[in-house]
Amino acid sequence: MFPEIGHEILGYAFPNDVHILWGLMIVLYPFITGLVAGSFVVSALYHVFDKQEFKPVGRFSLVLSFCFLCFATLPLLNHLGHPERALNIVVTPNLQSAMAGFGFFYSTYFLIVILEMWFVFRPDIIRIASESTGLKRFFFALLALGTYSTSQKALEYDRKITKVLAILGIPSACILHGYVGFLFGALKSNPWWSTPLMPVIFLFSAMVSGIALTIVLYMITMPLKKMKISRECVAGLCRWLWMFLILTFTLECLEIITLAYERAEAWLVIKPLLVSHLTFSYFVLQIGIGAVLPIILLGLVVGLNKQMTDNLQNTIATISALLLIVQVMAMRWNVIIGGQLFSKSLRGFRLEYQPGFFEKEGILPALAILILPFILFAVIQKYLPLFSGEADKQRE
Amino acid sequence: MKRRDFVKTGLGGVLTILIGKAGIAHALVGGDAKTGDTYDWEQHEYAYLIDISKCIGCTMCVRACKRENNVPDNFVRTWVERYHVLDFDQTIVDCPPNGGLNGYKPLVEGNGASKAFFVPKMCNHCKKSPCEQVCPVGAAYHTKEGVVLVDPKRCIGCGYCVQACPYGCRFLHPVDHVASKCTWCYHRITKGLKPACVLACPRGARLFGDLKDPNDPVRKTLLETPVQVLRPDLLTEPQCFYLHLDKEVR
Repeated sequence: MFPEIGHEILGYAFPNDVHILWGLMIVLYPFITGLVAGSFVVSALYHVFDKQEFKPVGRFSLVLSFCFLCFATLPLLNHLGHPERALNIVVTPNLQSAMAGFGFFYSTYFLIVILEMWFVFRPDIIRIASESTGLKRFFFALLALGTYSTSQKALEYDRKITKVLAILGIPSACILHGYVGFLFGALKSNPWWSTPLMPVIFLFSAMVSGIALTIVLYMITMPLKKMKISRECVAGLCRWLWMFLILTFTLECLEIITLAYERAEAWLVIKPLLVSHLTFSYFVLQIGIGAVLPIILLGLVVGLNKQMTDNLQNTIATISALLLIVQVMAMRWNVIIGGQLFSKSLRGFRLEYQPGFFEKEGILPALAILILPFILFAVIQKYLPLFSGEADKQRE
Repeated sequence: MKRRDFVKTGLGGVLTILIGKAGIAHALVGGDAKTGDTYDWEQHEYAYLIDISKCIGCTMCVRACKRENNVPDNFVRTWVERYHVLDFDQTIVDCPPNGGLNGYKPLVEGNGASKAFFVPKMCNHCKKSPCEQVCPVGAAYHTKEGVVLVDPKRCIGCGYCVQACPYGCRFLHPVDHVASKCTWCYHRITKGLKPACVLACPRGARLFGDLKDPNDPVRKTLLETPVQVLRPDLLTEPQCFYLHLDKEVR
């Protein structure tokens, strides 16, 4: 059970360390907040840094961020032993606890995203309210909050406010997700989690997953809406994705190399963890086809862009993006499940973890939670023009 | 009723209500930690001392704890580990199911152990407890006597404290869905009794003492004898001390 590492130890786990406590739901939680932070950064690249190539996805990625944000708390609530007491975290927080920050970070960010969305879509909300009738008109008039001015001055003001909110949104998104990494990174009880690199790795991989999802959804929705895929936009997304991927991969490797080189007590258990317990999810998914392959593929898109046809570029981008979504999910899995596979005795392993399909924290609820943001997205895109071309067309 | 008696009764009543209210406030803030009529939690500071050289691995303590505290199956508030050192690089550690509830089977004769010993473990009631630090709602707290407790009415069952405890002492109660752990039998010690595990130990390997009592033998030992704690590198300041601890024990 416990391979020999110059020190023959028969596996021994503390008696309370038999089962995995944090399962699939807690894997989902950082995965979802990662998508939230990542897709927000894509929208910020357009709204703050004025990267014109991202104009086609500027609004779309903001809405994507919002959709995942709406359901980010679901996995947590499903995991809690007493979800009915969940609000205690904000009502009677223990300010020493990192976890107590959740309510504040989450609600601050939520507020910023909602406000930004409102300012971005305000002209469309007003237009829809004026063009439609009945319940739809009532609903959109309500959304307009009583201001119907679409004068040049008002629109300019909207743009300014949007920029300010996006600027505030970047650190908020980073804090919201960096804090998730901190939850794990700041636990000295667990050598696989306890590293100051953890929040940084979480953040960069969040960017990777957010940009990757933006690419995939963009590729799916454009043909459905019979709109043209912007070559510059995809190329730009690939460039940024490539950079964040290289940073993430470097940090992830550095973490392991440091642990191995230090040869501290932790390595006694982490080496067999990686070699015999996370063989597939770590070496194959997280490193091999999840990171090395996309680095090469995206490198081709970035380096040989001029030689590529639109189709080839889009295909490679989509494949890489899909692989990277799997990579980030695998990374969350390896951190959270991997960190609990060994006992805190550092002398042995717990029982293997295999989520059931129908159980409370199993695969079916996880799928349901993952599908909900897309349903919300589908509903929103039906009413609001999420793509710049679309907005212009509708306005005409 | 004379006027004087009336005033006395009235004042007494008002005082009772005030004290009662203070008690409720206390219970709200810090759980129902202050119990008993004469017991004053400011007057105590508890510590636990385990002598490895005395433990014979009978696991009476595990059974006593289970009965006293109604510990759910498959989880333990205290357990006893067995170490046998075969050679310089060969140490085998084991613990029977349920922390040794049904005792140990004897070692096979002639297995060649150069030394063997038992190590009882339990919540260390750390002064700088990671579990208390991470609890998002303040359900994990210290009493004035230095006991780390869980308020089951406030705990949200997130399990962060279970993850944060480096010693594996906490678990999520499978029925109540809240964090659970050793309380040093708080319901007993506040009545002047010893924890169940201490009473059950036939060898006196487990001792419970009060550091604020000048005549306490545990206090004397801690002050005059070299003692160790588990994982001192983590600086959690455990209040559960060990005599004759081996380097193999984590």
